[in-house]
Amino acid sequence: MTGDDMYRYLIKRILLIVPTLFGAATLVFFLMRLIPGDICVIRLGSGGTSFTEQALSECHAALGLDRPLWLQFIHFIWGFCRLDLGTSMWSGRPVAYEIATRFPVSLEIAVFATVIAVIIAIPLGTISALKQNSWTDLAVRTFAIAGIATPSFWIGIVSLLAVLNLTQYFFGQPWMPPINYVSVWQHPLRSMSIVILPAVTVGYRYSAVVMRMTRSAMLEVLREDYIRTARAKGLVNRIIVNRHGLKNAMLPVVTVIGIEFAFLIGGLVVTETVFNLNGIGRLLVQAIGNQDYTLTQGIVMLIVTIFVLTNLVVDVLYAWLDPRIRFA
Amino acid sequence: MDLQDPPGRQFHNGDPLTAADVAASLNEIAFPPKGVLSPRSDNFMMVKDITAPDPGTVVIHLKFATTAFLPALADPFNWIYEKKILDTDPHWYEQHIMGSGPFKFAGYQIGQSIKGVRNPDYYHKGLPYLDGFVGIFAPKQAVQLDAIRADRAATEFRGYPPSAIDQLKEQLDGQIKVQTSDWNCTLGAWINHKKKPFDDVRVRRALTLAIDRWGSAPGLSKIAVMHTVGSIVFPGSPLAPSKAQLETLAGFWPGINKSRAEARRLLKEAGAEGLSFELLNRNVDQPYKYLGTWLVDQWSKIGLHVTQRVVPTGPWFAALRSGDFTVGTGGSCHGIVNPPIDVQTWLPRSVSSANFGYYDDPKEIDLYDKMLHETDPTKQRADMWNFVKWVLDDQAHFIETMWWYRIVPLRSYVNGWKIGPSHYLNQDLSTIWLSPPHCGKCTAEPAPAL
Repeated sequence: MTGDDMYRYLIKRILLIVPTLFGAATLVFFLMRLIPGDICVIRLGSGGTSFTEQALSECHAALGLDRPLWLQFIHFIWGFCRLDLGTSMWSGRPVAYEIATRFPVSLEIAVFATVIAVIIAIPLGTISALKQNSWTDLAVRTFAIAGIATPSFWIGIVSLLAVLNLTQYFFGQPWMPPINYVSVWQHPLRSMSIVILPAVTVGYRYSAVVMRMTRSAMLEVLREDYIRTARAKGLVNRIIVNRHGLKNAMLPVVTVIGIEFAFLIGGLVVTETVFNLNGIGRLLVQAIGNQDYTLTQGIVMLIVTIFVLTNLVVDVLYAWLDPRIRFA
Repeated sequence: MDLQDPPGRQFHNGDPLTAADVAASLNEIAFPPKGVLSPRSDNFMMVKDITAPDPGTVVIHLKFATTAFLPALADPFNWIYEKKILDTDPHWYEQHIMGSGPFKFAGYQIGQSIKGVRNPDYYHKGLPYLDGFVGIFAPKQAVQLDAIRADRAATEFRGYPPSAIDQLKEQLDGQIKVQTSDWNCTLGAWINHKKKPFDDVRVRRALTLAIDRWGSAPGLSKIAVMHTVGSIVFPGSPLAPSKAQLETLAGFWPGINKSRAEARRLLKEAGAEGLSFELLNRNVDQPYKYLGTWLVDQWSKIGLHVTQRVVPTGPWFAALRSGDFTVGTGGSCHGIVNPPIDVQTWLPRSVSSANFGYYDDPKEIDLYDKMLHETDPTKQRADMWNFVKWVLDDQAHFIETMWWYRIVPLRSYVNGWKIGPSHYLNQDLSTIWLSPPHCGKCTAEPAPAL
């Protein structure tokens, strides 16, 4: 691969991001407005209090909801182009600030869950492929299918109850991790103790997906001609598996890891609820429930951007790993 | 209103709290300036003007005498801010916190926690006992209960159903105590009069006659916060109807079989036998989902075919407000027990925007006004009964079910807190103290505050 080839490939992929983001922005803007409800009605009346039509109009005017839809859309797109996501209609704070306070929680869980998933999935997936149809393979596949089939919120609730009951049984007092998040930069150990259970809960399902992908990719690669050639040359099995098998089987596995990682940033609503973590997923659900258009748009655009960038990184890795892709 | 005793009241920023601040804040609530929203301005409908003739006195003139005024004044949402701030920026309080109470605002982590530290200049000398507090946001009941069990939280002030409390007691034998109270919140169902055949009073009466309140309350109150059978007046209030009076209202009769036979007769007479409709409900566990499921079951007993549409708070409110529903769950929840003001919710739509029955009823307004202006307690009680009977029985405008019940668990080392009939009340935490060893270097109960 020459430097020019890689450069052209990168430029092409980066340019494709623009229409993707614009399409996502258009979709989220108009879909949000199709949902029945009105943030002003919720703000003014959610405590069961009555309010006048004048109060409602003033609220609409204050939030800019009395302007024509096309004008609101242009305002949103123009703001997004300037990286200004606006102000939350519910809290009155900048959307960027609202997201920034929740993002570290989701990112920490996503990173930990990914590490756990990779540590479990790749060795087990490889062993499962190498010992195809054996008892070991059966056990690993059962473990993986259970991980995919079991809802992570159930695993979360059960693991939390298990910790409470076991600590009460052995130490006389029930214990659970703190439910008030602190950043890993402030109190590393406390922060770890908060996110470890949710990370394991999510990491188990995540590892099951990656494990199955690793196994099927390895099975395919192990049947390739170059593997047979390597064996015929008398190479030791460890080198065949690690250097020739695993490296080539990693292409689809990297894709799955990338997609799952991006999903974790905004997709952990239930896990965040079970463990009382104030992450992006819960914020998104709150924003939708409150009909907070600006905040919902901001979070969705953040998730879309993470997906797009993760895909870009995966594509670049693909091109780096497999020269056939960048020349296609 | 004399503010001179005790002297030395001051805001957390050190500025003195004067009558001018109180008058300015109350004026903003009662008579909001243009551009300022005051959902509680209706509470002060009887107020003519509010002035502060000197730094220690606030004078409030009323348009008419009513027992509703003093409870309205005691509402915990009547926050007091500095006049000089309100004068320069009437929206200041929307983004800032200012108080004169026992704890100073120390921090807020969005969606996580709020912190307060002891105010050494609090005007009740010796209070508060605590050095500070942390309030944790945890929306799910299971998480809250786990946190209390593991002592990550010492209490939760809203309340739980008996089943959850029983479990907590079993898990924390001797380490938990419980306080209970009637709750100034009620929930029932709005009937949209604009939808046929619900414009027919016979159909509305049939819906309320089908509900077995007395028979269901014991079972329902074990799993939900719904508890006390009552009218639209808080059951503990002197203005509430007696049980004998309640039993004369449609749907509150002692024999449910007789009640349901009457419901079937009315439906047949109105040509609405086997009626099908949708119940709009809110996606909130306690007690909305319990109420919805129970109502559907009760209506099936008179041959009605009811389905539930459970939606998040936003769409639920929007549907109620736009009238895009047939029957929908709803009710009211208040801080101070003030029935003459609390029942405003059920005034016709032209008066109360919180009424989702979508009807006009001049006679109901007349009955309400008579009750509101009556100052003799006996006569006012009789007037309130006439109003309640008209709304729940004669016109069956609303399907009242049960009032809620608070059961609040506290870790056994938490002392000095007293439950009230609202989760909005008694939240200043000034009188709370902790038993050793949770209180640091303390050895016994603190000295009483001055």
